[in-house]
Amino acid sequence: MQNAIFALGDGFAVARRNVIKIGRVPEILFGVAITPLVFVMLFAFVFGGSIDIPGGSYREFLIGGTFAQILVFGATFTGAGLAEDMQKGIIDRFRSLPMSRSAVVFGRTASDVIYNVVSLVVMAIAGLIVGWRIHNGFGNALLAFGLLLLFAYAISWVMAYVGLLVPSPEVVNNASFMVIFPMTFIANTFVPAENLPGPFRVFAEWNPVSAVAQAARELFGNIPPGTPEPGVWSLQNPVLYTLLWVAILIAVFAPLSVRRYRRASKTT
Amino acid sequence: MYLSTKPPAPTGREGIIQAQGLVKRYGEVVALNGLDLSVEEGTVLGLLGPNGAGKTTAVSILTTLIEPDAGTATVAGADVITAPGRVRKNIGLSGQYAAVDEHLTGFENLDMIGRLYRLGAGKARARAGEMLERFSLTEAANRPVKTYSGGMRRRLDLAGALVAEPPVLFLDEPTTGLDPRSRLELWDVIRDLVQQGSTLLLTTQYMEEADQLADDIVVIDHGREIAHGTADELKAMIGGERIEITLQSNSDAGMARNVLAGFAVGEIHSEGRAITTPITGGAETLTAALRALDSAGIRLRDVGLRRPTLDDVFLSLTGHVAGRGQALEAEEVAA
Ligand SMILES: Nc1ncnc2c1ncn2[C@@H]1O[C@H](COP(=O)(O)OP(=O)(O)O)[C@@H](O)[C@H]1O
Ligand SMILES: [Mg+2]
Repeated sequence: MQNAIFALGDGFAVARRNVIKIGRVPEILFGVAITPLVFVMLFAFVFGGSIDIPGGSYREFLIGGTFAQILVFGATFTGAGLAEDMQKGIIDRFRSLPMSRSAVVFGRTASDVIYNVVSLVVMAIAGLIVGWRIHNGFGNALLAFGLLLLFAYAISWVMAYVGLLVPSPEVVNNASFMVIFPMTFIANTFVPAENLPGPFRVFAEWNPVSAVAQAARELFGNIPPGTPEPGVWSLQNPVLYTLLWVAILIAVFAPLSVRRYRRASKTT
Repeated sequence: MYLSTKPPAPTGREGIIQAQGLVKRYGEVVALNGLDLSVEEGTVLGLLGPNGAGKTTAVSILTTLIEPDAGTATVAGADVITAPGRVRKNIGLSGQYAAVDEHLTGFENLDMIGRLYRLGAGKARARAGEMLERFSLTEAANRPVKTYSGGMRRRLDLAGALVAEPPVLFLDEPTTGLDPRSRLELWDVIRDLVQQGSTLLLTTQYMEEADQLADDIVVIDHGREIAHGTADELKAMIGGERIEITLQSNSDAGMARNVLAGFAVGEIHSEGRAITTPITGGAETLTAALRALDSAGIRLRDVGLRRPTLDDVFLSLTGHVAGRGQALEAEEVAA
């Protein structure tokens, strides 16, 4: 019990370090606040005005997808940040301290939640400016934000593992974009999954990014009335399906990352 | 004094740092090849060796960063392999490359380290302030570390090792890469520490540094001990004085060596036109040697009588100079 409290404190100290950096490192501020802002504006004005959905607003439809996509992009910070730490002397300091061995990765993923909250606040304000509205009550909107954050937290753990596997932060960026681009575009982020051709459609329908976007839209009340019910279980039960993915990703990648961190400390 | 692989001379007391037969391989490379160490409480051990000798590897094992392939070690009574957590509570490490976060301020770095030593938030803050004061960093306390000079970073890193006042300190090449002034400043800081009774294991490539700071010196090369003793013992080992001459012409080197052999009390070293000859008898021997060289028709550009330094010890032990050349290489890599 006492150990658990100490471990939490250690994780907090590490997380605090990463949070301090938001205001200090221009790249981080850019990724956490500016990029999300630009994306919301860009999508709203470039696509949002040009596509008509009968009885609804494409701009509002876009927001849920943009939130999901940007949060997944943001998880690369975890990977790149950990990879960078592993390269630098600071990790030797951490390893020689009487701190919890898992605090470095737990602290990193925890600070990611803060990064994501900042991104979400920025995006929500930008969204409100470009005409996005909540139609389904404040409580449901909070649930949507919670679900988005939870999903992003799970993706952070995946990226933490990637960051510990690769030799340098650049590799994280390159490798993750090869996965993250298809993952966030072959989804219902920008067009309904049903509109995609053949195999892309199946991928999009079962893609957890689609589910989290769908769930957010439903909870925000951004699904235009008269939209046909999705034909697959994953999108009919998007909250449940998202939570399933969250549970599986964390259950798999949290222990893998912690183990990987410990092992990396023994061999290099 | 001995040249050996046998265990350290019995001191009658268990060392607070104690290592036997440490071996570490990286593929083909044998980084450590059966190293023994023993450091008594309150003393300073200088681990001296050229770049690649295995110093960082030894420190990494003793500070629980890596595990040895063979051998055992205890620090402050705890086994580094089976009880690494207990070791970490009792040590401070300042590694070869400053282990501080560039984007945090000096204060934030020390505060974080204090918390990770589990001093608690209040004590961590207080200690961070004290340390900054002690290392003359108070003015820079609230600036991000990336604005610090190399010397300031090093001092901050050292401060990090001391935040929790651990009884055993490991400093891995604390002055490599520093300009001479910062080096002297850091030496003062280290001397201070030692006076307050810390036990210190210090690695260095600089003979002078070991001479200045260490009570006991272990010279290592290729992962094994090649000599062990106090600075005086090591100096005595190569027999005191030596004549250093520089020839006008390279072609005289062979003849000059032959002439000097008559005065030498050990092996003569020559590198191009420079010849070093160990002697006894001081100025008298020098005069005689110069006469002999003169009558052999050998012309000199420079001549000197030198008392031995640890550089000479190293040269005579390893057959190569552990000097600025290698140190500079290391600095370039670090930069
Ligand atoms: N992680 C590693 N992988 C491969 N070789 C290594 C590694 N660490 C050290 N070595 C090698 O082990 C030897 C000793 O290195 P090190 O302990 O760093 O020496 P020093 O600190 O005395 O310069 C060197 O030949 C070095 O190249
Ligand atoms: Mg080294």
